[in-house]
Amino acid sequence: MDSKKGIIFTGAVIGILAVVLVRFGNPVNMGICIACFIRDTTGALGLHRAEVVQYIRPEIIGIILGAFLISLAKKEFDVRGGSSPFIRFILGFVVMIGALMFLGCPLRMVLRLGGGDLNALFGLAGFASGIVVGIIFLKNGFSLKRTYKLSQLEGYLFPLFNAGLFILLLTAPAFIFFSSKGPGAGHAPVWIALAAGLIVGVLVQRTRLCMVGGIRDAILFKDTYLILGFISIIVFASLGNLYFGFYKLSFAGQSVAHADGVWNFLGMALAGWGSVLLGGCPLRQLILAAEGNVDSVITVLGMSAGAAFAHNFSLAASAQGPSPNGKIAVLIGFALLLVIAYFNLERDAKATVQGGVKIGAN
Amino acid sequence: MAQIDTRGMSCPQPVLMTKKALEVNSTEVTVLVDSKTAKSNVERYLNLTGYTINTVELDGETNTFEISAKKK
Repeated sequence: MDSKKGIIFTGAVIGILAVVLVRFGNPVNMGICIACFIRDTTGALGLHRAEVVQYIRPEIIGIILGAFLISLAKKEFDVRGGSSPFIRFILGFVVMIGALMFLGCPLRMVLRLGGGDLNALFGLAGFASGIVVGIIFLKNGFSLKRTYKLSQLEGYLFPLFNAGLFILLLTAPAFIFFSSKGPGAGHAPVWIALAAGLIVGVLVQRTRLCMVGGIRDAILFKDTYLILGFISIIVFASLGNLYFGFYKLSFAGQSVAHADGVWNFLGMALAGWGSVLLGGCPLRQLILAAEGNVDSVITVLGMSAGAAFAHNFSLAASAQGPSPNGKIAVLIGFALLLVIAYFNLERDAKATVQGGVKIGAN
Repeated sequence: MAQIDTRGMSCPQPVLMTKKALEVNSTEVTVLVDSKTAKSNVERYLNLTGYTINTVELDGETNTFEISAKKK
């Protein structure tokens, strides 16, 4: 399904499914949010104790299992890893800090735009700026180096782990935390959420939809393929929100959002820059992790650790706005990205090209 | 002719490496990729920039392709 129609269709399905999930109980403009849902799952496991954001989100499990099964069926499941794993962990961590400053991953930013949340415009401006900064490093030879083939088991463990999470969700043992109020308490019925996740996982695996890739490829290669999906989500989420009466065009009083433009901008700039360095947005990282990319598994774990820190140390913003700790964390995040981006520039990249014959040979 | 080996590189590097190689020699290039995502990304880029493409799957390696491109 490597066609413009395919990616527009995928965007349409995601936009509409996200609204349907809100109709069935998910928080408004949070039908699907990779950062929020990883954070909720992290909380359900007790790794942070913010009582309002704890729930094992079946959408995430569905996305992973859907992408895993379709990649097996299409013979694209390929177990690899070893491309700067700890740097990827830190990048995942930093992307989560940025996302929780804005209150949403790039996908939720798009869904918020589709719900009339004008604060997301600041997020989008920041996101695009972060991507541009990332592109400057890419053009100057930034690389996280090659991956290597690994054992099959290594790749199967992540989908298996998620199947295990689903069992914990169904059996709800006492050691798992479920919010009784707040965003974590708002959720669609388990099987509907799982089914939505499976559909999204399959479609995104086939089309390679990626929020950061859309803007990046449009700027870097003048390639509009991925950005069509990005736009399609906004259009169809808007239509869905209008249809169900969730659409609300304003800055103030938006669901799970704050109106501090500067920090909405900076939070998403951090997430955008970090995602470009990782090669894909949080949604794309989930899909890659499901396809056997162990570096992306590490990235997802980094995001989970970032979420735990964000709530244990009051870094995450809330509807009241950013926290002082969160502002410091975002600034530290920028410093970390600068160090990582700078020290991974391959200085001989240009010289090799000018030599003319072989590039990238080992 | 420039030959590039993008195996093991993650998105968007295969395309970026192709682009850089074409800046040096814009008439033809051969790109080795080892995932279907990289294959379609590189092919799409070469199509957009006006190249005729011939892709062959290499035996014995899963999802490994050699993409040969010539300026139209």
